[in-house]
Amino acid sequence: MYGALWRALPGPVWVRLLLLIALIAVALYVLGTVVFPWVQSFIETQEVTVEE
Amino acid sequence: MLPSSPTAPAVRRRGNARKPAPRVTVVGVIGELLVTGGVLVLLFLVWQLWLNDAVLRAEQDSKAAQLSESWEAGVPEVAEESADPVVPVLLAEPDDAEVFGILRVPRFGADYAAQLAGGVSTSRTLNPLGLGHYPGTQMPGELGNFAVAGHRNSHGKPLNAIGELHVGDAIIVEVPEGWYTYRFRTLEYVEPSGVGVLNPVPQVDAVEASDSIITLTSCNPAFSTAERIIAYGALESWTPRAAGPPASLTETMEG
Repeated sequence: MYGALWRALPGPVWVRLLLLIALIAVALYVLGTVVFPWVQSFIETQEVTVEE
Repeated sequence: MLPSSPTAPAVRRRGNARKPAPRVTVVGVIGELLVTGGVLVLLFLVWQLWLNDAVLRAEQDSKAAQLSESWEAGVPEVAEESADPVVPVLLAEPDDAEVFGILRVPRFGADYAAQLAGGVSTSRTLNPLGLGHYPGTQMPGELGNFAVAGHRNSHGKPLNAIGELHVGDAIIVEVPEGWYTYRFRTLEYVEPSGVGVLNPVPQVDAVEASDSIITLTSCNPAFSTAERIIAYGALESWTPRAAGPPASLTETMEG
């Protein structure tokens, strides 16, 4: 899967590396701004209130 | 991730001049998906416990500071009627997610400031704003119990150091009209259903309150949902805005 991705990237090794880093950066950004906040709304990791 | 995978054909090791493209196998893809899933879980934890926490802490700090400044600037409107240094101003109960005050605790840091808002809903108050006031409990300065909940870890963790309070530590509630200074008395640990801590006289039913206290609730142990940690404080004094910030705000901490 990741091997296929590496082969699908164009250019010499350093271009592929840069592209890969850019892809990872985009993935992290989307995770941090969209995916993780969304996931968090489903899992309550902490409860700080007392209730019946 | 590098292209070599454990499932790549052994042929690759021999021919290094021209590598044949490794086959994509079902097992290989499943393995990579599992590894990816693990990495995502770790990233989520890093995001929640440090990154998002730090972002929210900074956001809440700057909002609290702005709020405090705007109250300072608006002194004249409220100074007249509330200049009584003995009788504290009583606020009306805030709406859900309405910020009405700032909690300051020198033990938590000289510049510690956490917003106080109405309600204890995680999605509307505790996660985005900071501390939440239990609806139905009393307001600061009132006879009875001013009960507040807040995160101990993540989401800016306003009550992170709740377990480190010392007897006599100042717990200050700042509102537009002035400052209520409470003194920390004791900690208590209860079951998640221990709503007795919210009574006007904590843990006692149907008794008329004769003291003004503050109650802070958070999770215990840290990172857990098993129990709740409760911190109680008793009202010591009221300082109207016109009299300037109380000395309790700048207490130095030793020990």
